[in-house]
Amino acid sequence: MVNGLLRGLERLGAATRKAVTRLGFASRFLIAVLRHTPTAFLRLPLTLREIYFAGVLSLVIIVLSGLFVGMVLGLQGYDILSRYGSSEALGTMVTLSLVRELGPVVAALLFAGRAGSAITAEIGLMKTTDQLQAMEMMAVDPLARVVAPKFWGGVISMPFLAALFSASGVFGGYLVGVQLIGLDSGAFWSNMQAAVDFQLDIVNGIIKSAVFGVIVTWIAVFEGYDTKPTAEGVSAATTRTVVEASLAVLAADFILTVFMFRGV
Amino acid sequence: MVSLSSLSDEAASLTDVTFGYTPSRPILSGISMRIPRGKVVAIMGGSGCGKTTILRLLAGQVKPSAGRVVVNGQSVPELKKAELYTLRRRLGFLFQFGALFTDMPVFENVAFPLREHTDLPEPLIRDLVLMKLNAVGLRGAAHLGTNELSGGMARRVALARAIALDPLLMMYDEPFTGLDPISLGVVSQLIRRLNDALGITSIVVTHDIYQSLNIVDYIYFVAAGGIIAEGTPAAIRASTDPFVKQFVNGEDDGPVPLHMKAPPLAEDFLGRMGV
Repeated sequence: MVNGLLRGLERLGAATRKAVTRLGFASRFLIAVLRHTPTAFLRLPLTLREIYFAGVLSLVIIVLSGLFVGMVLGLQGYDILSRYGSSEALGTMVTLSLVRELGPVVAALLFAGRAGSAITAEIGLMKTTDQLQAMEMMAVDPLARVVAPKFWGGVISMPFLAALFSASGVFGGYLVGVQLIGLDSGAFWSNMQAAVDFQLDIVNGIIKSAVFGVIVTWIAVFEGYDTKPTAEGVSAATTRTVVEASLAVLAADFILTVFMFRGV
Repeated sequence: MVSLSSLSDEAASLTDVTFGYTPSRPILSGISMRIPRGKVVAIMGGSGCGKTTILRLLAGQVKPSAGRVVVNGQSVPELKKAELYTLRRRLGFLFQFGALFTDMPVFENVAFPLREHTDLPEPLIRDLVLMKLNAVGLRGAAHLGTNELSGGMARRVALARAIALDPLLMMYDEPFTGLDPISLGVVSQLIRRLNDALGITSIVVTHDIYQSLNIVDYIYFVAAGGIIAEGTPAAIRASTDPFVKQFVNGEDDGPVPLHMKAPPLAEDFLGRMGV
């Protein structure tokens, strides 16, 4: 009984130590990547290429998802608001839900699945096939040449993707609320404009998406770089990226929301 | 016949080097070898004996726990990162399967080191890349993608990339693995020809004894963390050392036993039957 308890504690301790060590590694890795930021911007084509892969190629999934989420919000919102006789506030509800929460969070989750996993898999496969090592042997630092541009490409793309997600979501809400249900178009837009605060809602939403961009891309590049160089290693790393990034985004969202909207 | 003691000019050397990825299990213990300038030297031995580790030590990817590693007169473990990168610009490294960048076509792969380390104008880069590709017989493949290359071609392209900056020392990690007989002949002759034509020094890590005996000037046999035999191809062929004989003739049993250490047969088989 005591022995079993001790073994359990031992395992818990070992797992905690491992997790803290890994976090330490990841932090040092982030600092090393940040140190190579000048390269990422001095050699702009490298970063632009990554913005294309992480951002532009994610546009379809982001815009379509935003549209559907907005349409669902329109339907659910109308159902709830009409119970209180305030269905004209639908525009406000849809927009606030999107720019404050769903835009940054769902876009970040989709970004982790679409671009984060791709970044991890690409870096992981480069490691598995000795491409990173070959670069090092040619006196080219892979952190500067591969990782830093990918990191900044993801970080820059994320706020734009979240903004587009929110925009297409608002349009989805409009389609359902105004075109389908028949709410007054003027009330939909003017209530929204009056209720949405630029600083509190829009800027905070952008800050959230920027933080999520850093979190997701950091996890993606680290997991890729830290991959065990085997087929299973790459597959496990890709899975870890999506799981860890999703959990981290949701946890960070709670923390950011506490600071941004406490008592408002 | 080449006598190493008569050649004082070394491209690289290891002196009493000890190394292990974990301290409890050293892979190399007190190994010494010298790589004379202008020669092709083979490092041979069974799988997992530490051959590739020797290349990694020379390239500064890992540091020895004891001993000296010198390349081109510089003590590699003492170099700072920037100095190490400066040295590596003068080293060429051919990976086992080429390690070509899969997101670039053949031309860009060979141009990569030139673009990264020089400010040469585009027409000059083009000429240099085509020259390097021509040296490995693949000028006609410049426009191909890396996924369109056979294993042998990929290795030759990687070789063209490795010699792009005219290295002093070329290191080949298992260059003969998985090649058909024709590609094998092409790659081994290229190693020799490039070495002599460019006046460089080459280290070939391999377990392919036949190719090595044909093209190299000197052979080191590595086993159990040290050098157990060395000599010119002629000396190796004539060697009576049991390990060298086993290796050269590909015998399944000898100093390197066929069977891994295990409990006695009777104990293992009868024990399981409960007899």
